[in-house]
Amino acid sequence: MKKTLIYGYGNAGRQDDGLGERFIQLMDEWIGKEKIENVFTDCNYQLNIEDAATIADYETVIFVDASVEDIENFKLEKVVPNDATIEFTMHAVSVSYVLDLCRKIYNKQPETYVMHIKAYEFEFVEELTLKAEENLNAAFEFIKMFMRKS
Amino acid sequence: MKKVTIEPVTRVEGHGKVTIHLDDNMNVAQTRLHIVEFRGFERFVQGRPYWEAPVLVQRLCGICPVSHHLAAAKALDVIVGAGTGYGLTPTGEKMRRLMHYGQMFQSHALHFFHLASPDFLLGYDADPAIRNVIGVALNFPELAVQGVMMRKFGQEIIEHTAGKKVHGTGAIPGGINKNLSIEERDIFLKGADPLNVDKMIDWAYSAVQFFKDYYMKNREFVDNFAHFPSNHLSLVRKDGALDLYHGVIRAVDAEGNKILNDVDYQEYYKYIEEEVRSWSYMKFPYLKHLGKEKGWYRVGPLARLNTCDFIPSKLAQQEFEIFKAHTQGKPNNYCLHTHWARLIELLHSAEVIKDLLNDPDLQKNDLVTKGTKQKEGVGLVEAPRGTLFHHYRINDDDQIVMANLIVSTTNNNEPMNQSVNFVAKKMMNGQATITEPMKNAVEIAIRAYDPCLSCATHALGKMPLDIKMYDSKGNELDHYRS
Repeated sequence: MKKTLIYGYGNAGRQDDGLGERFIQLMDEWIGKEKIENVFTDCNYQLNIEDAATIADYETVIFVDASVEDIENFKLEKVVPNDATIEFTMHAVSVSYVLDLCRKIYNKQPETYVMHIKAYEFEFVEELTLKAEENLNAAFEFIKMFMRKS
Repeated sequence: MKKVTIEPVTRVEGHGKVTIHLDDNMNVAQTRLHIVEFRGFERFVQGRPYWEAPVLVQRLCGICPVSHHLAAAKALDVIVGAGTGYGLTPTGEKMRRLMHYGQMFQSHALHFFHLASPDFLLGYDADPAIRNVIGVALNFPELAVQGVMMRKFGQEIIEHTAGKKVHGTGAIPGGINKNLSIEERDIFLKGADPLNVDKMIDWAYSAVQFFKDYYMKNREFVDNFAHFPSNHLSLVRKDGALDLYHGVIRAVDAEGNKILNDVDYQEYYKYIEEEVRSWSYMKFPYLKHLGKEKGWYRVGPLARLNTCDFIPSKLAQQEFEIFKAHTQGKPNNYCLHTHWARLIELLHSAEVIKDLLNDPDLQKNDLVTKGTKQKEGVGLVEAPRGTLFHHYRINDDDQIVMANLIVSTTNNNEPMNQSVNFVAKKMMNGQATITEPMKNAVEIAIRAYDPCLSCATHALGKMPLDIKMYDSKGNELDHYRS
């Protein structure tokens, strides 16, 4: 298996925004149980410029985030640097931005995906909504299959 | 009257909106920075056990959770009877300081290299498509790498002191829950180039020189961009030194006269009041004894260098003396000099981190202080953006029954409004059209404060720059969307 990073992000203190972190917990359990090699995990509140240095060390990167986009349950999307959008709205940056920065300053371009998991509520609650939990499990099963094939 | 709306403000943490009201002659009549601040957090922590607060409050903010973590922990130090800042064990206090200065280092690096430098390196009126860190990466690749690695270094300091990157648990009421092993220490002292503290000091020093060089070439622009007299407030060490973790509250006026003379922050409520205005969720703090009109103040890097007497580290002190000489020792009221002050603090933070890493107290095991429980406590730190207040009261069941937080950006509410007003009038008065560089100039004025308006929730999606113009009857004249 290619050297792979699974990177979840979001704020677990804001209900479904914690989907990324929860996904990484499931992934860590799976990696430990199945003794999966060459797959690493990380998670944070949000992406930032230093993540360009982090992903430069991997061949494949899968980011995992809560999504409010119009999707049914989850969507795996390939990210290419050409699609990089310049978003300066917050201190946090987007996946395409991180990838573009990685390419420009480290001359590296890992194969990069975003797993969007449909989220619904963002209150001061630590538990996911039931629907988000279902989406999380479906997305996790999909990624396991995806990784076994790749 | 016509109205220009800039919403949301870009490169600012969270959601902000600027409205600029123009009269019939196209002169700026009124400006306002509206904040859609996240509310309800103070109520959210009520009923929770007090010892949860240092972890819970990190959910306030994804960019400076360490500041909230430490301010809450300091308030709870008082509640568990461990004293007010000086009561901790040496290991407890120094581990927290290392965490805090790591946070300061990464935050200041992020702000300068990622958010502010595009305006300086590429020009505030450059094409917005390249006026960003990607543009910096293409044109100044060494600086872009430095920004990334300085952020990474600071983040790793946080991870090794707080325990983990997300929802760190390092600081607990009365102390800290881990020390720093020799192996961890050597990651930072002897790390492979460039991730070691000596390189960070070199780069931070270079960043200060970079700004001074820019300033010498663009002095008129920097000095005249936005300047207005104000009061300045921060913590200072008891001997007047810059101290970002602990001290007493000092405030000076625009001439440098002390208007709050090193008071104990446990009694902050005797000196500071917050005003509510109908058009913004964010309050407007002011010094009670001076009143609403004259009592507002700035916080943050510029304020800190205006209130302190000296900086207790060699290289930063040298730069501080140059900085102070510029205004003949008087308070500096030039908004863009905030970047200069921020970089001096960046350098100071790197020097402090090195000193702490070389301190054997970090490897000791006496981590927690206990005492007689109290019902109420206040914790202050100097967060990257300025003074941060946390105040808690508990009941007999150890539940939080009252929480009051005054965050740095709230303290800077009036100064940010003053800056927007200054720049809008200067750039837009009498102009027939509002150009992108004019709008960016307004944002530059706000960005100098590095405001963090709210950020705990995010999801994929775009947040464009939205600008609308209205006539005096409220009809939309123009709509700009980035």
